[in-house]
Amino acid sequence: MISLDAILFYLFGAVTVASSLAVVTQRNPMHSVLFLIGSFLALAGLYINLDSPFTAVTQIIVYAGAIMVLFLFVVMLLNAPREDVASPYGPAYVTLTTGPRRAFALLSVVLVVELVLAMRQFVSASQPSGPDAAAHVSSVRQIGIAIFTDYSLAFEATSVLILVAMVGAVVLAKKRL
Amino acid sequence: MGVSVQPLIDFVTSPITIAYVVLIFVVFFSLQISAAVLVLAERKVAAFAQQRLGPYRVGWWGVLQPLADILKLLFKEELRPKAADFWLFYLAPVISATTAFAAFVVIPFGPPTDLFGLLPEPINLQGMDVNVAVLIVFAITSMGVYGIVLAGWASNSKYSLLGGLRSSAQMLSYELSYGLALASAILLGNSLSLREIVDGQSATMLGGLIPSGWFLWPSFFGFVIYMIAGVAETNRAPFDFPEAEQELVAGYHTEYSSMSFALFFLAEYINMVTVSALATNLFLGGWHWPFPLAWGWPFGVLNWLLKVAFLLFFYIWMRWTLPRYRYDQLMSFGWKWLLPAAVVNVILVAAGVVYFS
Repeated sequence: MISLDAILFYLFGAVTVASSLAVVTQRNPMHSVLFLIGSFLALAGLYINLDSPFTAVTQIIVYAGAIMVLFLFVVMLLNAPREDVASPYGPAYVTLTTGPRRAFALLSVVLVVELVLAMRQFVSASQPSGPDAAAHVSSVRQIGIAIFTDYSLAFEATSVLILVAMVGAVVLAKKRL
Repeated sequence: MGVSVQPLIDFVTSPITIAYVVLIFVVFFSLQISAAVLVLAERKVAAFAQQRLGPYRVGWWGVLQPLADILKLLFKEELRPKAADFWLFYLAPVISATTAFAAFVVIPFGPPTDLFGLLPEPINLQGMDVNVAVLIVFAITSMGVYGIVLAGWASNSKYSLLGGLRSSAQMLSYELSYGLALASAILLGNSLSLREIVDGQSATMLGGLIPSGWFLWPSFFGFVIYMIAGVAETNRAPFDFPEAEQELVAGYHTEYSSMSFALFFLAEYINMVTVSALATNLFLGGWHWPFPLAWGWPFGVLNWLLKVAFLLFFYIWMRWTLPRYRYDQLMSFGWKWLLPAAVVNVILVAAGVVYFS
């Protein structure tokens, strides 16, 4: 008897993988952005399945909501062309020369190796279970306490980084302040 | 198969399950009816604001006018521009309407009740009690912008595109103030569950110093900011830039007709109801009276409905009273006034919460 959790996991997982693949195979940039949103939503479903609704909702608000609206905005403003221009070698060869192509190939091999290693480690590690683990993940209070005590340095460093990025963007965009 | 289906049957036929299923249908149809009532209310209030009679031919005092409107929309021809993106053109109104309905699932509208002893245990008058309800409403509302943006893009018309672009810029700008106003109520309620936030407003505050428990009093500016940002989020006048008639024909839904147009229309009204219902729950004490009173649950629900109705009237009143802003005014108001005010409000409320607790 297969449990409901497992059915939901495979369902959301399949949607995530399928829409992520569709993101890179779509020729129309608008459709790619939409499939990316679908992938984020399915990921949120996986988080809910892991008993962490807060993470799921944050995922939707931050990624599927704010960031992807910005993506759509940019795609609409720049009026990005469809990538199905005729080329004897297919569309990916239009913009890339041999050097970058080799670099990309190397990079994807490294990524795959990393992924396999990470998965092996995850499978061998003992997973926390029971009501304590679930409560720890889902409680907003617990997350807040963890961020502002154990991980306060990382949190502050990230906020400074975002501030620097923001100021940098303003300086770059505005020629004359 | 040795799997017993008896537990499943017991679960499906238990009174509580049936009560919740009925409740969900009641909420769903009430939302649709509320949209119809709002259409009539809008036309009537507009008429009175302009010293006209408004619709009065269909039914007594024009009460059946929304029905006539719906029938008219149903029988209109469904048009699609040749250059439109087929899938996205039809997906956009569906996204708008779905997100509008879905956001209401977690909003409570009354105290727990056993319906005069009809049920073995009390049920919550709420589609579903989630411990991050406020954030879920926020997340689903922020998904609603895709309906408008996609409609603007998929129509492949310059007016629609401009409307879609404006709406995404506007929603992005006002979502921040909206979220910060929500945060002030979350801080006061010390919870992310809407039911707990509402119940936190039942008693008096500061040991009876303030006789009412509504979060409106400690976070008055939070409420004002929430309402302004809420009007901007629902694209209503005076912030109705995505469909500014004088500049953009009808904005993002220029190319839509028949039922696809009706879905956008429905979504706009239901979003208004959601924003008002959330404001009622967060700042106006939900189903609690201004002063601690222990009356039965039907009065609580009635109280809740009256507050929501007042806020909706306020929406319509604003639309027919205030002229539309200019686009640059909208942006400078949102970023230079509303957002700093919201930040100051959150800091003050947080300081107050820490000081008095």
